[in-house]
Amino acid sequence: MNGMHDLGGAHGMGPIAPEPNEPVFHAEWERRMFGLFIASFAGGHFNVDEFRHAIERMDPAHYLESPYYEHWLHSAETLLVEKGVLGREELEDRKARLAKEGS
Amino acid sequence: MAHDGHNAPLSDTALRVKALESLLVEKGLVDPQALDAIVDTYETKVGPHNGARVVARAWIDPEYKRRLLQDATAAIAELGYSGVQGEDMVVVENTPEVHNMVVCTLCSCYPWPTLGLPPNWYKSAPYRSRAVIDPRGVLREFGVSLPEDAEVRVWDSNAELRYLVLPMRPEGTEGMGEDQLAALVTRDSMIGTGLAKAPSKRAA
Repeated sequence: MNGMHDLGGAHGMGPIAPEPNEPVFHAEWERRMFGLFIASFAGGHFNVDEFRHAIERMDPAHYLESPYYEHWLHSAETLLVEKGVLGREELEDRKARLAKEGS
Repeated sequence: MAHDGHNAPLSDTALRVKALESLLVEKGLVDPQALDAIVDTYETKVGPHNGARVVARAWIDPEYKRRLLQDATAAIAELGYSGVQGEDMVVVENTPEVHNMVVCTLCSCYPWPTLGLPPNWYKSAPYRSRAVIDPRGVLREFGVSLPEDAEVRVWDSNAELRYLVLPMRPEGTEGMGEDQLAALVTRDSMIGTGLAKAPSKRAA
């Protein structure tokens, strides 16, 4: 249990720097990711403990660097692929297609 | 937000989210309208104004406060706030002797029905690491200085239990109504990284 996520008491993480008048979401993808989590959670594809455990399995350096909702994205992708709901290639292909359409 | 403009290319992360949504919708596993409704609820309806109602009620109604400290989940539900991430609530009361502060060292547990979604700093490594080892230093960073002899209690939330701080009622608020009092209750005062606001002298 003492992975990178177990931060209580760690030194050297710097100042807290609260953001004044912080919006609920900082980007459209965060907004969609939040909704996707609730929807797939409600769909019974994973429970909250599995969800957090998949976050804790992230690469520790990337865990610290990445924005919070990217943790959720990583966890949802990991669990949906592990449970056979989606294929890893399917995700990659769709991403490539959307990138092309968007350019 | 720079990457989310209509003409800017999407970031890799934004593309991954889009791909995920597109596939889940295509497979009929997610209803995009339900998704919009969820986002709207947490962006515009649920937030610290809910928790502020709970605190203001506790300040003016000693019987409600007693119920709140005894069985917070039920007392909060009396005001209509319940559901995901608020299933098991504990309310801790600040007094001149004891100051309470809430953290989730492992992740981001937070009482959604009363406070909405947590701010980034609450989920960040600096707050999660330092709240339990240097709470007075953290409070100073938030502009809160406590008397030397006040005890600081830090509560580490988890997936099963969520905490809400009942801040002290500010002086000079005698005779104020519930709405006026609720306006003094800040999000941070219910996390324990702040105090309730003092009433402005001109308040009606």
